[in-house]
Order: sequence, then structure tokens, then C-alpha cells
Amino acid sequence: MMRRRRRLAPSAYLGGILLGLLVLSAGLASVLTSYDPRTQDLSAGLGAPSWPHPCGQDKLGRDLCARLLYGARISLLVGVVSVAVTLAVGTAVGAVSGYRGGLLDELLMRLTDMFLAFPGILLALAMMAILGPSILNVIIALCIVGWVGYARLTRGLVLVAREMEYVTAARATGAASGYILLWHILPNIAGPLIVQATFSLAGVIVAEAGLSFLGLGVQPPTPSWGAMLNEGRVFLVLAPHLTLFPGGAIMLAVLGCNLLGDGLRDLLDPRGHTN
Amino acid sequence: MRTVVLRRILFILPVIWGVSTFVFLIIHLIPGDPIDLMLGETANTVDREALRRQLGLDRPLWQQYVTFLQRAVRGDLGHSLHNRRPVRILIGERLPATAALAGAALVVAIALALPLGILASLRPRSWLDTVSMLLALIGVSMPNFWLGPLLILGFSLHLGWLPVSGRGDGSIAYLILPALTLGTAMMAILTRMTRAGMLETLREDYIRTARAKGLVEWIVVGKHALGNALIPLVTLIGLQGGALLSGAVITETIFAWPGLGDLTIRAIQQRDYPVVQGCVLVIALTYVVANMITDVAYAVLDPRIRFESE
Repeated sequence: MMRRRRRLAPSAYLGGILLGLLVLSAGLASVLTSYDPRTQDLSAGLGAPSWPHPCGQDKLGRDLCARLLYGARISLLVGVVSVAVTLAVGTAVGAVSGYRGGLLDELLMRLTDMFLAFPGILLALAMMAILGPSILNVIIALCIVGWVGYARLTRGLVLVAREMEYVTAARATGAASGYILLWHILPNIAGPLIVQATFSLAGVIVAEAGLSFLGLGVQPPTPSWGAMLNEGRVFLVLAPHLTLFPGGAIMLAVLGCNLLGDGLRDLLDPRGHTN
Repeated sequence: MRTVVLRRILFILPVIWGVSTFVFLIIHLIPGDPIDLMLGETANTVDREALRRQLGLDRPLWQQYVTFLQRAVRGDLGHSLHNRRPVRILIGERLPATAALAGAALVVAIALALPLGILASLRPRSWLDTVSMLLALIGVSMPNFWLGPLLILGFSLHLGWLPVSGRGDGSIAYLILPALTLGTAMMAILTRMTRAGMLETLREDYIRTARAKGLVEWIVVGKHALGNALIPLVTLIGLQGGALLSGAVITETIFAWPGLGDLTIRAIQQRDYPVVQGCVLVIALTYVVANMITDVAYAVLDPRIRFESE
């Protein structure tokens, strides 16, 4: 009997396209718009969407489309850097913890318990209160919050993998623990970690936007979707486009991550499939 | 049962200690002199030293730590730098509003998620299933700081049905939009979990037996399937209860809801560190205790877990 090859669901392709658009918008912002996101035109403040300004203008007359495109850079920068760092740190901690076991495992897991004792956004807020608002500090805060999930997931996966025959075989050949973890176990547990990273990207994009919305993240005049939403909600009646477009952009980015994550989970981690 | 509860209490003690230590360190981790940040560099020396003494920052670190823990145990969280009022009182005034908001959001989420998830599971791949899952996907992808302003735009500004913000006279009308905003993401997650749990349970042998006995479908679904499918949801509701607390921070800001989240954000913006410390401590401890209660409830509901633990 032929084995049926599993394929990505069509909705996952849609997610991939949405994320691709996000990357393109960020990368080609300067090509896609001729406006500078910081150039003000006070005479055209709160301008409604029009042909020269398809998304309208904000209270200072800045082109909203340009700010959305350049804002995509911030979301993507914070998202990719935070996910990369938390994935690396969390996987390393979880792998060592699960593979070595014993007292080290116990200590590391109690440490993760401490971090898990804080609701994510609260810890990020506390870190922002300490560090002060800036892009770098948002990334630091989100990294401090985010590594724990990967550590827990990796530990669980390594605990299962280390009992597998291929690991016993690698040990029998005299391979060192680090080598086994890196070249034998990690490739075999990569699927669920990639799935988790995709969902985390959504979480990080929302968290960055949330912190900026609260005025604790990216500071003006740097364009950030969350900060734009916060500025826009003051003019909800006069200029609803200032709320609709940045919020829509955040939602599409998050939707893209969720659709792709769902599809990848079905493909790479069928045991984690809950729907 | 007692063993389970005792074990969980023992388990959270080091966590509570860790949380308190982090909260104590908030003021010490600030780069530079925290007094500069709180008073500004132009403040005179007398004021600076008075504040340093008031916060106990003139004493050795270990003494500050011991004093902090002793006071925290007694519920003394210091005084606000902004209005000099005790932090405990400030938090006490705001806590009921946050509890009301989180409770209402929980009710909204459960009331919408259970019917949607159950109906979707009874007719998998039907239009009802597709609509439910689409709603869940949109709900989970829609940030509450966008949903809130959209609801205000639609229901308050255009239709004029509900108030825009605040708590007003405490009537339920003021609670509806904030509760919807806060509860939507949880509703989305619960809908997906309810559907998944029900689909799995409906495939079990005892369901086939119940149907074979000739039981009517609503008893099979309502009594036999739902009871078992709900057990994992208890954990999720408990964990999401914590998420509601943090989500409340943003929702309260959008709706100017006078709760703990609003107090926290204002304190961070005003660099009122004693209030920041108090709020973080209270929210984190509530979260830890909520998780512990969830674990115990899970053990009560599922005998397999209770027996394993004992």
C-alpha cells in the first residue's frame, strides 16, 4: 500500500501569503511608497483616504500608508529577533534540562515556574517599567518573557527522545552528549518547535503592538502599528481610518501566523493537533 | 485529596518567594539612580534624601529585602509617591472593578464558546462548523486593543446603545463592551477546545453504548459526552483566567475602566514604583493562586489524576 503524503492545508498557504506580504511590505517599504513616514503636513491633518493617500493621513498629516509599511518593519524586526532569541535560549535550556535530568533539571524547571508565575504581558510591563520605553527594550522584555515556553516544550520532547533507540545507538558509538543533542535529537524534535515559533511570532507581534499601544513600547515618531492605533482611537469619530487600518494590519499579520501555524502543526506535529 | 492540596501549596511557596523577590528587585534593577527617575535630576538634595529614606534605599540591600518581605506579609506595600496614599488601599479600591470585569469576560467567553463548540462538534464539516471555526479564528487573531475601539465605534458612537467608557453608576451597560473585548480571545480558544474535546469524546465506546441503549441524543451529548469533554476545559479556563488578568490591563486602558490594570499603567507612566511593585505582586499572586485552584479542581474532577498524585 502506498503511503499518502501529507500536505499543507490550503488555509496554511493563505497564512504563508499573508506573512509573505508582511515581509514584502517591510522590505520594499521605500519602493512601495514615495512618502516619508515622518514628514508632516499639518494642513492635511486627519485627511480621509484619497487617491494620493489611499489609507488617509494622521493628525499631523503624515501618510498613513507609508507609516503602515514602515511600521511593518518594526513588527517584523521585533517579532523575528525575539522569536529567534527565545527559541535559541529556550531550546538550549530545555534540551540540557531534559537530557541531563537530576538536580540541574530540577533547578531549571523551578526557574521556569517562577517566570510562568507572571502573566506574560505583566512581566513585559514590569520589565518596561524597569528598562524604559525603546525598541531594544521591547525586544529584551519579550525575550525575558518568551524563552520559558520553548524550554518547557523542548524538555518534554527531549525526555521522550532520549529513550529512543537512535539515541542509544549514538551513545554506543561514543558520541558526546552535546553532539547527540545537536545532531541527533534536535533535528527529530524540530517540528513542534517550528510550530511553536510560528504561533509565538503572532504573540510577539501582538505584544509589541500592545506595549506600544500603552505608550510603553516603540516611541514616536517611529511608526509602530500599536502606537498608531493608540493615536487613532482619540479620533474615532472624525477619522476612523486611523483605527481601522493599523488594527487591520495587526490582525492580518496575526491571522497569517495562526493559519500557517495550524497548517504546520497538522503537517509536522500531528500529535499536537487538537482541532 | 488532602495530599493533592498540600502538595500544590508546598509547590507554590517557592514560586511566591521568587515572585516577591522579583518585585522587590524592580526598583533596584532600574539603570542608574531610581531617585533621579522618580524626582527628575533637577530635584534638590533634601527631597532626594527624604525619598531615599522613605523607600529605605539608604540601607544595605539585605536589610531592605528583609523589611520588604516582612511588610509584604503584613499587607503593607508602602505609599504611593504620587498621592502619598497607602498602596494597599489603592489596590483595594481598584480590585473589585477588575474582578467584575474579569468575571463578566469569563461568563461571556463560556456562554458563547460552549454552544458554538458543541454545535460545531455535532455537525463536523457542516456550514455551522465552518462558521464556528471561522469566528474562533478571527477571535483569536483580533487584538483586544483593536476590537475595543471597533466596538466603541459601532455600539457607542454610531448606534448609541452603550456607554463609551468608565464605570458610571456601576450598571451592567458599562460592563458589556469591556467584557466582550476581554472575553473574545478566550471565547475563541474555548470554542476550539470544546469542539476538539467533544469530537474526541463522541468517538468513545461508552458513547456508542449509550446510543445503543436507546438514550435520546441530548442526554448522550449533554450528560455523557459533555461531562467528560469539559474536564480539560477546566484547566484551560483556569489558565485563561490568568490571561484575563493581564488582558484586563489593556482593556481597562481602552475603556478607562477604574481597575487594577489601569492603576498599573498609570503608575508605570508616572514612575510611581511602590504602586508598580504592589500591582505586579497582587496580579502575579492572584495568577499563581488561580493556577493552584485550577490544578486542585482538575484533580477533583478527574479521579485518574487524583489517584496518580496520591
